[in-house]
Amino acid sequence: MLRFLVRRFAVMVPTVIFVSMIIFGLQQLLPGDPATALAGEERDPEVIAHIRAKYHLDDPVPMRYLRWVGGVVQGDFGESIRIQQPVSQLILEKLPVTVELALLSMLVALLIGIPMGILSAVKNGKVADYAANAVALWGLSTPNFWLGIMLILLFSVELGWLPASGYVPPSEDLWGNLKAMIMPAFVLGNAIAAVMMRHTRAAMLQVLSSDYIRTARAKGLVERVVIFKHGFRNAAVPVITLGALEFGQLLSGAVLTEQVFSIPGFGKLIVDAVFNRDYAVVQGVVLCTATAYLMLNLLADIAYVLVNPRLRA
Amino acid sequence: MTAATLDATVIQSPLKRALRRLARRRGALVGLAIVLVFVVLAIGADVFSPYDPTATDWMAVRKGPSAAHWFGTDEIGRDVLSRVIHGARASLMAGLISVCLALGLGIPIGMIAGYAGGFVDGLLMRLTDAMLACPFLILAIALAAFLGPSLANAMIAIGLSATPIFIRLTRAQVQAVKVEDFVEAARAVGNPPWRIALRHILPNIVPALMVQGTLTIAAAIIAEASLSFLGLGQQPPAPSWGSMLNTAKNFLTQAPWMAVWPGISIFLVVLSFNLVGDGLRDALDPRHRG
Repeated sequence: MLRFLVRRFAVMVPTVIFVSMIIFGLQQLLPGDPATALAGEERDPEVIAHIRAKYHLDDPVPMRYLRWVGGVVQGDFGESIRIQQPVSQLILEKLPVTVELALLSMLVALLIGIPMGILSAVKNGKVADYAANAVALWGLSTPNFWLGIMLILLFSVELGWLPASGYVPPSEDLWGNLKAMIMPAFVLGNAIAAVMMRHTRAAMLQVLSSDYIRTARAKGLVERVVIFKHGFRNAAVPVITLGALEFGQLLSGAVLTEQVFSIPGFGKLIVDAVFNRDYAVVQGVVLCTATAYLMLNLLADIAYVLVNPRLRA
Repeated sequence: MTAATLDATVIQSPLKRALRRLARRRGALVGLAIVLVFVVLAIGADVFSPYDPTATDWMAVRKGPSAAHWFGTDEIGRDVLSRVIHGARASLMAGLISVCLALGLGIPIGMIAGYAGGFVDGLLMRLTDAMLACPFLILAIALAAFLGPSLANAMIAIGLSATPIFIRLTRAQVQAVKVEDFVEAARAVGNPPWRIALRHILPNIVPALMVQGTLTIAAAIIAEASLSFLGLGQQPPAPSWGSMLNTAKNFLTQAPWMAVWPGISIFLVVLSFNLVGDGLRDALDPRHRG
């Protein structure tokens, strides 16, 4: 296990370094002089000179990269040009909102995807299987921002049951928080539920055709016990690891969902930063998301080894 | 099986067999038909559109669906149907061009990594892992932000973000094919590496790339709509399904039809590409032979 962890870390370190290079390299894509772009529309020569000095834009690119990475390693992602706040502080403020949304979405995905996947595998080739597959295909093909708009139209505009937008911290009003988050969580969890369903179905179909399942049935066990105790317990292994990986994707999907429901999270932070040309924030958010994704990958691998004894040797 | 049918099966080329299997999948055929309808609409948008998609009519602001305007009108009196038809052009173009870009970059890099192995492979794979670590849409948003908002830049951003998937896939396929006997034989008779890669390996990895390409077109269409929805793709007044939805969300109470049609169009096109992709995978994968 220790050797596995060391090997995984050894692969992860150069990947993180390359991620930082790519994200730093994004700044080089700015058309023309970055100082002029960062100065905005006024293009005051004094402002441009100030930006040039502040960001060391006259230094060679490798020097600037090393200076930026040096700051990142110490938790300094730079400063937001618009809000005049450290980027790390902004990220720490917004991250809990997005993590709450992602956790709720994952709960929705698990509650829909896993039962549907089991049902589809157990009823393979029957109407329930086709229906579950159709729902999964629907989930994979529906753009989540459109689904969000349609749900707002139905539950907020027509029925008036749920708030159309906004966010209430759970510490202030737990019920209000849940009411505000239920639609975004469903919208974001919908596509992941489809992926979960497909993987659960595939894993269950494989497990249900195994010899030990046939033995369990031959022993006269109740079908419910065969499916859940002997079947799903073994099929759950790949589904758990997939869940960890999909959690990383939720951070990406949150960008649009937060925009539709005006939730002040990580996604809204990056979109606002894009329109304010607040490039330090964009770089900080992308770097954090990528690092979180890599960590989740590592956790998924560790979980896979932990729950699968055959891989421990 | 009679001798005649056995002969017919034996002489069929792999492509014909795959097409025959694809033709048996109703879902894939329906998907293909819907994609073709949208392609025809996109190409002939100027002919099929009842109005100019950018022409405003202040006498017909936010009018519901009617005989004159089947899908209704938007906040400045533009015909929604005409904009949906012209929006198909932006979406399909974005889907196709960005996937072509991803294939154009991903196949050569993946082939070099898979064929060369060693240090080159290690370096290219760490770079690919780094790109894969940045979630697809976040990377596309960041790229579009730094390149500047436009449809062309959105296509570049989506194409670059999708490239690592094709690098990984091509590399894995090349690694599997390069140890086959026919590749060894080609090497033994003195073929140069570039010729082996292009003439002997590439044709054998095309099916897997076709399946992934089709599924990635669906993802790219959603990504373009997402970027346009955020204001980073097609710029107004040019029509795009994503930007139409962005405007529509501000008029949900007064003109809900503005949000319905572009969304249904994205859903239909994406669903169709997913159906075709699933059908192609089943048809080309020997384990799914039916």
